[in-house]
Amino acid sequence: MNGSALEPSQISQSAAPVRGRRFRFILRQLYKTPTAAFGTTVFLLFLLLALIGPFIAPYSANEQVPSEARQPPSAVHLFGTDNLGRDVFSRVLLGAREILILAGLGTLSAILAGTLIGLISAYQGGWLDEVVMRFFDGLLALPALLFALLLLGILGPSVWSVLVVIFIVYTPIVARVVRSVVLSVKYKAYVESARLRGESLGWILFKEILPSVQPVLAVEAALRFSYAIFLVASLGFLGVGVQPPSPNWGLMVQEARETFSQVPWALYFPAAAISLLVIGVNLMADGLKKAMQESAGE
Amino acid sequence: MSDPSAYPVLDIQNLTVAYRQKERWLRVVHDLSLSIEAGQTYGLVGESGSGKSTLALAVMRYLGEDGAVQAGRIQLLHQDLLTLDQKQLRQVWGKQIALVPQNPASSLNPTLRVGEQLAEALRFQRGMGTEEARQNVVELLKRVQIPDPQRVADSYPFQLSGGMQQRALIAMAISVEPNLLILDEPTTNLDVTTQAVILDLLHELILEGESLRQLAVLYITHNLDVVAQICVRVGVMYAGELVEEAPVEKMFQNPLHPYTQGLLGNTPRLALSKSAQPLQSIPGQVPSLGELTPGCTFTPRCPLAVEICEQHPVFERVGEDHWVRCHRWEEIVSGAVQVWGTGADTSSPHRDKSRDAADVLNLKDVKVQFLTSRSLGEFVRREPPEIIQAVNGVSLEVERGETLGLVGESGSGKTTLARSVVGLVENREGSIHLLSVELPERLSQRQVSTLRHLQMVFQNPEEALNPHLTVGESLQRPFITLLGETSQQAERKVSQLLAAVRLPPSYQDRIPRQLSGGEKQRVAIARAFAANPDLLIADEPVSSLDVSVQAAVLNLLKKLQYEHDTSLIFISHNLAVVRYLADRIVVMYLGNLMEIADSRALIEPPFHPYTEALLSAIPGGEVGVKVRPFRLGSEIPSPTEIPSGCPFHPRCPRYLDQICAVETPPWQTDEPTGKRYYCHIPPAELRAIQSPLLEGE
Repeated sequence: MNGSALEPSQISQSAAPVRGRRFRFILRQLYKTPTAAFGTTVFLLFLLLALIGPFIAPYSANEQVPSEARQPPSAVHLFGTDNLGRDVFSRVLLGAREILILAGLGTLSAILAGTLIGLISAYQGGWLDEVVMRFFDGLLALPALLFALLLLGILGPSVWSVLVVIFIVYTPIVARVVRSVVLSVKYKAYVESARLRGESLGWILFKEILPSVQPVLAVEAALRFSYAIFLVASLGFLGVGVQPPSPNWGLMVQEARETFSQVPWALYFPAAAISLLVIGVNLMADGLKKAMQESAGE
Repeated sequence: MSDPSAYPVLDIQNLTVAYRQKERWLRVVHDLSLSIEAGQTYGLVGESGSGKSTLALAVMRYLGEDGAVQAGRIQLLHQDLLTLDQKQLRQVWGKQIALVPQNPASSLNPTLRVGEQLAEALRFQRGMGTEEARQNVVELLKRVQIPDPQRVADSYPFQLSGGMQQRALIAMAISVEPNLLILDEPTTNLDVTTQAVILDLLHELILEGESLRQLAVLYITHNLDVVAQICVRVGVMYAGELVEEAPVEKMFQNPLHPYTQGLLGNTPRLALSKSAQPLQSIPGQVPSLGELTPGCTFTPRCPLAVEICEQHPVFERVGEDHWVRCHRWEEIVSGAVQVWGTGADTSSPHRDKSRDAADVLNLKDVKVQFLTSRSLGEFVRREPPEIIQAVNGVSLEVERGETLGLVGESGSGKTTLARSVVGLVENREGSIHLLSVELPERLSQRQVSTLRHLQMVFQNPEEALNPHLTVGESLQRPFITLLGETSQQAERKVSQLLAAVRLPPSYQDRIPRQLSGGEKQRVAIARAFAANPDLLIADEPVSSLDVSVQAAVLNLLKKLQYEHDTSLIFISHNLAVVRYLADRIVVMYLGNLMEIADSRALIEPPFHPYTEALLSAIPGGEVGVKVRPFRLGSEIPSPTEIPSGCPFHPRCPRYLDQICAVETPPWQTDEPTGKRYYCHIPPAELRAIQSPLLEGE
């Protein structure tokens, strides 16, 4: 009667291929809905550009040619040139690598730390959980951008500071999400039987509990990643993050703002790149969420 | 019942219902015909997946987008239900057909008071005015024997117990005076004692309905005993088809279909104990959708299957009012073949409490308390948190090899007691000794050498195994952690372990999702026995399994326990199951022990009044055996406010006087039966007012 009824063909398969097929299954699911397919494609495209950007960029990021300044988009300068005569197309292309690496590394570290803290805090419970969570509540009470500005004021603007900001801003959020899943798994019979047979803390956390957190974690990672991209760009725009002459998209928007009336294209293209990537990753995260549910129900 | 004036209220002819799964249509109900006459209560019995609820939904025309009636006719009185449009259906729903669902909590609107919801039904379905409806609500609630109808009417659903919610829904169903009342497992989620009261109520209402007007009742359940108590005619459903249909007495006395015989044989009866005979178990499991064999659907599990069974059998009339779908019914009737063997080899002797056997487990005055969490306001006002006294002074011992049954309603503290023994619950007072070694309260303080002696099997098979490990990986763990073996050593023992629970070695590569509930529970049992524990605690290990699978798991548990000479604490709310398995039975109520009895003596007076109520609440399965009704009116109180004196006194039908409310009762010992019970009434007096429970025995 229920949808999860097994078919005979499924029964005869062993577990290992089931695990191996998981990634391909999720990718297939992502390409089933148009929005998720669009988001995934956009993300993969930007990833590709970040990888091959330095090889296909026609100019270097910071090469200034005053004679060719303020040129509108043309065959020579696809996205035109800015006030200083830098090629906007090359800068956007080369900026992709920077923003993906910064947002990616920041998200990754926040996911790792958040997962570990969430797992331990929720599993141990008691006063430890109480202290950690109240501290995180305090951090979360501040708006992310305000908090980032505060941190950067202390740390001083640099690439490393941006990484630290992403890490500190997103770790509590990830920890809370992980914690809520752990709380729902913690009292399941298989975890309790593991405790009754004296399994180590490491085994229980990573073998019994973590696999159940993974689907949620994947979605959370994609979502945090899209926010991190926006945060890196925002900090660049506010001038407190990555410093000139780096081809940071936010920074480029900020620089082009003053000369907007003469060289609007220098603003449009980096702004469009930010929006497209953020929207793309967001749509992919939505699709991922659905795919994870499907995968659980398969 | 063969009243010539009787006419069918519900008439289903050749109904086929299918569900869409991706691109395929899978048949759930196949070519099914049945009719229910006015004044008749028809019991439709089947395990999960048999299609019985789908049938009810089809009758209601409530299949949803993925379900469709592919063939057949459903007629209610003179109306063809399948041709009605949405507007006409609304006239039928709630006026001609009423449904009492399985889960009352999700069927009531949580944001409206119960009275408002009932009044709404009256206004829409009966066209009453606001004031008239309000007055009628109280009358209705009185009809379903709710003691204080006005309070219930003014309550929100969450403020009521499951039993009260179900009564309110029954009130709503009968308020419209339907022609057809569909009851879909209405008592499955309730405690035995509450179930008994609800069944009595339904029985009365149905009788009353029959005398007043023409009412047909379709009672859907997996529980044959409930059917016996309440129905006139029974249909047994298997894999979307009726396999047998007969008047209830005939069905119980002379079941013909191998499946029916199996079902009747694998339900533990109160009169049955493990030394008498093993439970009948049906091999295999209910086929899932799209897995049906072309011939007789029961063939894969049937011990009588022969070549002819590959052809689909017809539903044959085998006597007045008795129909069966089996090729070999004639041989079964004549006694030429016997469907299920006696299987005497798996029976195990009943143990007597011996003087020399050492105690494996010893509890002394064990108490467990929890504190409720306080709101900020309560915290600021320094109000103390409420104390939940889950276990309130339990002293008990379990001998080597003994099976101790622990019974009680939900909320009686039996699970908490078990969890404090294994160390999953802290905040314990009193002492627990395992093999004469004191067990620390916290699990983390217990040595591995202690852990290996004590294992537990949990209730829900779906959560018993780590979904991300293969069965083999799960089964290796106890060898590695409890016995300190290497993973190579452990791996070699896995197939042996699987064989012990009658699963093929190929199962070690499967992940839990590829196993049925019964198979998962077997693996969990195998894992618990891996390190050869001295004491195993099984907390309702079969209550979420299908009836036909339950017996196999119980037999397995019994066999392994006997082979390993393990002591077993078996927890269940089902006295018949406990009595079948246990040597000694402990009855628990609100954290206190009420009675300790040898399982053979349990059904002989004197009983503790609470035991008496539990025993008589078991639905009367065996036709001809009359169980004297002895009902508890109210429901189990909250463990935050345990009554003074005897904790049972507010509900006790044998309440004496002030003494029960003020003084804690003494432990009485009844010499002839060796029972000990916690009550002010001495054994001789109790015996005088209590008659033997089972007149048939």
